[in-house]
Order: sequence, then C-alpha cells, then structure tokens
Amino acid sequence: MTDKTTPLHLEHVGLGASMTPFGGWLMPLRYTSDLAEHRAVREAAGLFDLSHMGNIKVTGPGAAAFLDHALVGYISKVREMGARYSMICAEDGSVLDDLIVYRLAAEEYSVIANAANAELVLGKLQERTAGFDVVLKDVQAGHALIAVQGPRAAEIMRATTGLVEDAEISGGTAFADLKYYACLRMRFEGEPVLVGRTGYTGEDGFEIWVPAEQAVALWRALLAAGAPLGLVPAGLSARDSLRLEAGMPLYGHELDTTTTPFEAGMGRVVRLDKVSDDGTPLPFVGRDALAARKTSPPARVLVGLRGEGRRPARADYEVVRRGTGTEPGTVVGRVTSGAPSPTLGYPIAMAYVTPEVSAEGSELAVDVRGRAEPFVVVPMPFYRRPQN
Amino acid sequence: MADFPENLKYTTEHEWLEESTPAVIGVTDVAAEALGDVVYLELPDVGATVEAGAVVGEIESTKSVSELYTPVSGTITEVNSEAVDNPEIVNQDPYGKGWLFKVEVTGAGELLTAAQYAAHTGS
Repeated sequence: MTDKTTPLHLEHVGLGASMTPFGGWLMPLRYTSDLAEHRAVREAAGLFDLSHMGNIKVTGPGAAAFLDHALVGYISKVREMGARYSMICAEDGSVLDDLIVYRLAAEEYSVIANAANAELVLGKLQERTAGFDVVLKDVQAGHALIAVQGPRAAEIMRATTGLVEDAEISGGTAFADLKYYACLRMRFEGEPVLVGRTGYTGEDGFEIWVPAEQAVALWRALLAAGAPLGLVPAGLSARDSLRLEAGMPLYGHELDTTTTPFEAGMGRVVRLDKVSDDGTPLPFVGRDALAARKTSPPARVLVGLRGEGRRPARADYEVVRRGTGTEPGTVVGRVTSGAPSPTLGYPIAMAYVTPEVSAEGSELAVDVRGRAEPFVVVPMPFYRRPQN
Repeated sequence: MADFPENLKYTTEHEWLEESTPAVIGVTDVAAEALGDVVYLELPDVGATVEAGAVVGEIESTKSVSELYTPVSGTITEVNSEAVDNPEIVNQDPYGKGWLFKVEVTGAGELLTAAQYAAHTGS
C-alpha cells in the first residue's frame, strides 16, 4: 500500500525533511535535528503538519446523545466551541482510540482520531448510529491540520499575515480570550479556518484546520511570521519526545485494545455518571465492563520511570526487579515508550508494571539489551510548563 | 550533502577508518544523519582484543539504537571519552572530534575507498 501524502508534502520535501511512514501516511520525521526541534517547542515554538489525523464530522439533532452513547465521555456537556479529550471503547472496555472532540455548534461536532485508527473509528461510530438522528461524514481529505506549539505560539498567531479575527463567524470568542481546550473560527485570506487551543506537546499552542487548498499558504505565512521569533518546523520525532515528557499517552503504546482507560491512569475520561433525560444511568458502549473494571484491582498500572543512568529504555523492553549488579531480576512489567528526555537530561519512560511495584519511589530496573539499568518510579508528567 | 574524505577508508556499516598507527575509527556523516541526534555511546574497553566485523559497542540516538562494529582486528588502544561525555559531537564533526576508538591493527576486514562508499550509499 502506498502511503498517503498531506497537502503540505512538497513543503516538507522543500525544507529537506526526512520522511517516514506513519499510520498509512508519509510524514516528516525531522527537518534538521530532533533535539533542536524539541527545544524550539519548549523555548519558542514549533510548526507541525498533523493533516494525517482523522476528522469525522457528526451532525444532526441526535449528535450530542449519539456521542454520549458511542464514546466514554460526557460529550453532551461540552459547551459550544469547546473541546474534550475522550476515548472510544469496545463493549469489553478496551480502548479503540483516543480522540479530541470539538463541539462546533449545538448539533455539530468534529471527532479527531489517530491516523492509524481513523477508518476503524469511522466504522465503529457508524455501527453505533442505530436509533440516533445523526449523520457522519469523513471530512479529513478536504483539510490540512497545522499546529503551532510553544510559549510564543500566541504571539506568532497574532503576527501571521492573512490570519484575522471575524466576530461574525468566530463563535463568540476573541482570539485573546481563547481558553485551553476551546476553539474559535478565524479567517485566513478570507476563508474560515478553525483554531483550537489544543496540542500534544505540554506547551501552549494552537491547532488550525484549514481547507486543503490554503494549507501551503497558511504554513508559509506561519513560518514567515514565526521564524524571527524562533519558530521552526518540527517532525514526528520531536512530537513524540515532547508528548512523552508531558506524560501524554500515544495510541499503540500506552493505549491499545488490551487496555482500559483505568489501567492507563485515564479513568477520569470514563463518565459513569452520564444520565439520560429521565435521570437514569445512560447506557453507553463499554459501560458495564468499565463499571466493573473501575472497582476491581487492576493487573497492571501505567507509571512514569526516571533513569538513574544514561542508557534510555525503549518501547517493549522489560521492567525488572533490581537484582545483583547488572543482572536483570524478575520481570514486573514492560516499557511502552522511552527516550532520553531532551529537556530534563535523563532517560524517561512510561511502563505498565504490576501494582505492588508501582508506588512513587519504587526502585526498579529496565532490561536494556541484557543489562539491568536502574530506573525509579516518578509521578507524571515528567515535564510541566512554567506557569506565568 | 554527504561528505566522504578521500584519505579515509569506509565500510558498508557506515564506519570510517583512518589507516594510521593506531587506526582511528568513527561513523560517517551518512550514519550520523540516519541516526539522528546521538545521545549515548557505548565504546569498547581499552585493552580489549577485537575481531574485524564484531560488535564492539552501541550508538544510541533520540529515536533508535545501532550496533557499533569494528572494521579491523586488533587491540583497542584508546576510546574518545569526550564523545562519551558529549555525544552530540558525533553529529557535529563525525570525521574529527567525533571519532570513536583507536585500534592497534592486526588484520582488516573488507574496506571501501571513498568512491566505492559513495557508490554504496548512492550519494
């Protein structure tokens, strides 16, 4: 199967990016240096092409009730022009994907899915529409998604030529007042674009849905405005190390069909308190399994690990008890993501471990290619941005 | 743009070798580029006897880990402790400050000229 390319593909090639297949798409892995791109996002800003993300429009009088039924979150409670992190689970409570849901109007939502799961999510949602007055539409192809992430993101957005506010379409919010996990409509060169104050880096930032025809112009305008402020294009490699430092799960690593949101430490997204109009508990897909899971002790829990040495742990390495010397001890878990943290300067990892070794301060080790490297359980996120 | 100094020999594992006494070994800029930012180096012990083609260490970048091979047989006489402390110099100066280890050579494996290596990498 040939990997799909985004409307910004030639921009990436022109910028000299190393391209890599990701979720069925050919995406920029890095433009220059993973570390430089990571640091730019922490210190100034990075520009990301996220056009591979799935985008499913849900419209109709039954849209809110449908999403309450199909997803684990309380989506009918999201206010207009608000956004919510949620998940779609199977009947057995396992996670099919994690999602961002934007409510664009009373009867209109956008569901943003991971690229690799976009087709599956659309299919599952379609299956769950029975009895709801709702229409689903895959609108990904007509759009690009561009993210500006970093402490200077807002400044860059304001400096971008052609990107302007329009109170008639904004949805009621001025750009200056846009809250985290909310969105508004602006215009870029006359055409409406959707701007969410959302991201996956642990920094302030914006994600902009733009019609595909204008993607290149917006990308260039953002780069032109941002470059003097330290903005650089950033690839998937930096995106991965940024989200890991921020303690954010990545589907296929921390989340998959063998995991429920509770084991992943994401139980808060499961809203067992959802009620129907008559006040009775609202039956949603996965509810019974998730209610049972909530009250039963988990077999494994997701923890953060900090390396005491310099060798990083990688995904799929075994977490072991500390033995004697460098001999790995008994296996107590498995690493789901791991890397040297560019911001913190030591190795960090996320891992599923058995509950008895999961307490903060628990001294464990990771079997790094035959040698036990010491790691200790620490709270997540590993990195939290400075608050002004 | 790939750069392969004429005075060096190369291997298909993307190492370079300076045929001095002792021989100096490092990784090429093709390897440095493919790896991404190098963050950790595991180099052989000084005094160790190594066989051409054997794994003698590892090079770890932000995204991946690769094995480090020796293109020659012999005894390790020195390793670059500055590169161990500051692995980014492997990316910045792969043929200079980013050298990795030195070997008192007793035998060599298959070595390529700069032109042959360039052909091998398709540059």
